[in-house]
Amino acid sequence: MKIIACIKQVPDSEAKVKAEGGQVTWGDAPLVINPFDEYAVEGALQQKEAVGGTVTALCIGPESAREALKHALAMGADEAILVSDPALTEIDSVAAARVLAAAIKKVGDADMIVFGRQTLDNGSGLTTAQVARVLGLPLLGLAGQIKVEEGSVRVERVIEEGRVTVSARMPVVLSVVQSIGEPRYPSFMGIRKASKANIPVWSLADLGVEAPATVVKRTELMNPPVDETKVEMITGETPEAIAEALVEKILAEKVL
Amino acid sequence: MDFSLSPEHQMTQKMVRDFVQKEIAPVIKEYDRRQEPIPFMLKRMGELGILGLPFPVRYGGQGMDYLAWGLACEELEAMDTHLRVVMSVHTGLSAMSIFQWGTEEQKQKFLVPLAKGEKIGCGAFTEPGMGSDVAAMRTNAKRDGDHYLLNGEKMWISLASKADLALVTVKTDPSSPKPSSALSTFIVDLHSEGVKTGDIHGKLGVRAGSTGWISFTDVKVPVENRLGEEGEGFKITMSAFDHGRYTVASGATGIIRAALEASVKYAKTRTTFGKPISEHQLIQEKIAKMSQDYEIARLLYYQVGWLKNAGKRCTRETSFAKKFATEASFSAANEAIQIHGAYGFSDEYDVERYLRNSKGAMIYEGSSEIQTLIQAGYALGERADKPLRCEAPAYDPEFWQN
Repeated sequence: MKIIACIKQVPDSEAKVKAEGGQVTWGDAPLVINPFDEYAVEGALQQKEAVGGTVTALCIGPESAREALKHALAMGADEAILVSDPALTEIDSVAAARVLAAAIKKVGDADMIVFGRQTLDNGSGLTTAQVARVLGLPLLGLAGQIKVEEGSVRVERVIEEGRVTVSARMPVVLSVVQSIGEPRYPSFMGIRKASKANIPVWSLADLGVEAPATVVKRTELMNPPVDETKVEMITGETPEAIAEALVEKILAEKVL
Repeated sequence: MDFSLSPEHQMTQKMVRDFVQKEIAPVIKEYDRRQEPIPFMLKRMGELGILGLPFPVRYGGQGMDYLAWGLACEELEAMDTHLRVVMSVHTGLSAMSIFQWGTEEQKQKFLVPLAKGEKIGCGAFTEPGMGSDVAAMRTNAKRDGDHYLLNGEKMWISLASKADLALVTVKTDPSSPKPSSALSTFIVDLHSEGVKTGDIHGKLGVRAGSTGWISFTDVKVPVENRLGEEGEGFKITMSAFDHGRYTVASGATGIIRAALEASVKYAKTRTTFGKPISEHQLIQEKIAKMSQDYEIARLLYYQVGWLKNAGKRCTRETSFAKKFATEASFSAANEAIQIHGAYGFSDEYDVERYLRNSKGAMIYEGSSEIQTLIQAGYALGERADKPLRCEAPAYDPEFWQN
């Protein structure tokens, strides 16, 4: 079985992200594999172990995104491909989906394409569905458990009211959630393999597609308003006096 | 000169850091308070390959180099000292000594299960009445046909009650004029008849770590379990300490980093006299010192890692790294408590644990005083490294990884 895990590189979750001059910045915080995509790689590796096959990690991003792909390789992915092109610097999810779909076609014969539930940066969670649409493949979203049987994929999804089981014939596009299982740590053998790996870079020309038009544009970017809090210490001679002053304050501020 | 870490090294750091953050950070305080080892710790470190990190794949290891071993120790001890202690006694004193001095049969029989984490090893050198003074060693072994009979007691042995086998240095020739020629080293199965082990409680620090004693009463040790030749025990023990001290140095560097990070975080949020205490110069001085010490300690152990990779003897450089990093870690933890004020004095914050943990390393594996004597010996030209029958092998990626 040929499995493709689509991943993205994002700023570390502890980074202080802010708007500056109309751009997003995260200072010198490190870039890491999107934490949700670690589950995608984990899900893909679980299926490889269960039924055999290969896992290819696929990522759109700048040169630095190699590090995210290396992480997937160190976890156990067999190969990694970086799609990088100056025309892809500012793209929306539709454009990303078109490019990913082209790359998935170029990889060829994929049986299962796995995504994380969303990215930590844009967080729209739409790309999975859009890739499925572009490729004309069934989508099994937010899978908590995956089982491959006789050419079909059955997934279990936890919803508020209980569990839903859905299935589709392969090839399928999947997104996975945390209940797939904690992502494994990279193994030392994987680390050595990843550090020596030759990761091919595909440009838009390699994929044979034009720079996709960006439909959704960012028009404004601002930091959340600073919530200023004031602290006032109520003092008094006796506990009763403090309590009285506090009650007066609460009533005056119309808290009660 | 290239000071950068390779992608392999960086990924090793991240992997070990992720492991301790995810699995050890949530429970360390609880086990430290209870003075109990974390039950899953050895098993997990074995499963993840950390216990066998610097050994060739052919001997059950992970094929990483000596520098990666130090980097892993730094990450482990930045979380808690007891994790690094495992790397010192299991990976360093016992497995690495077998790798350096063992016959091919001994490597297959003992190193492979140690490197895979299937068995746990420790190093038993210290006795109730003796530490660095080897002439005072009382544990002894007498040859009796195809085996030796071992008698005596070892104390302050990390993992004593958890280990399956121990590297034990004992006196085999009490009549030897030179105390150092009187010793031999054995690989002892701790499940043998006549072996008793127990734990020591009430330690100042490393409370989640297992420390204990081992007693031997007429323990039969087959001749094929002798590591090296009879009379080579002193040399084997000293080279074991070269490995152990490297892990102690790199680990203590982790404490400095942890104390520094905790201090920076606290100093930026705690305010006095209307501003964060990080803006007070006396606090800045403490933080600057920690930051400088971290850099020095790191470079000193990187140097040792590099020398080990090149297969060069580095007793002197290891001594510098060990003494500097352990003393600087004690000082950094102490200042971190000062910066945290009363909160630092409570176990609500980690810094008091760093201080308690850091003290032991100034005593074990050659106290600071012994390190000073070693360093003076080299500086005065009174001490020189003589070639060993079995030198620690240089790192060879081909041999290690295939």
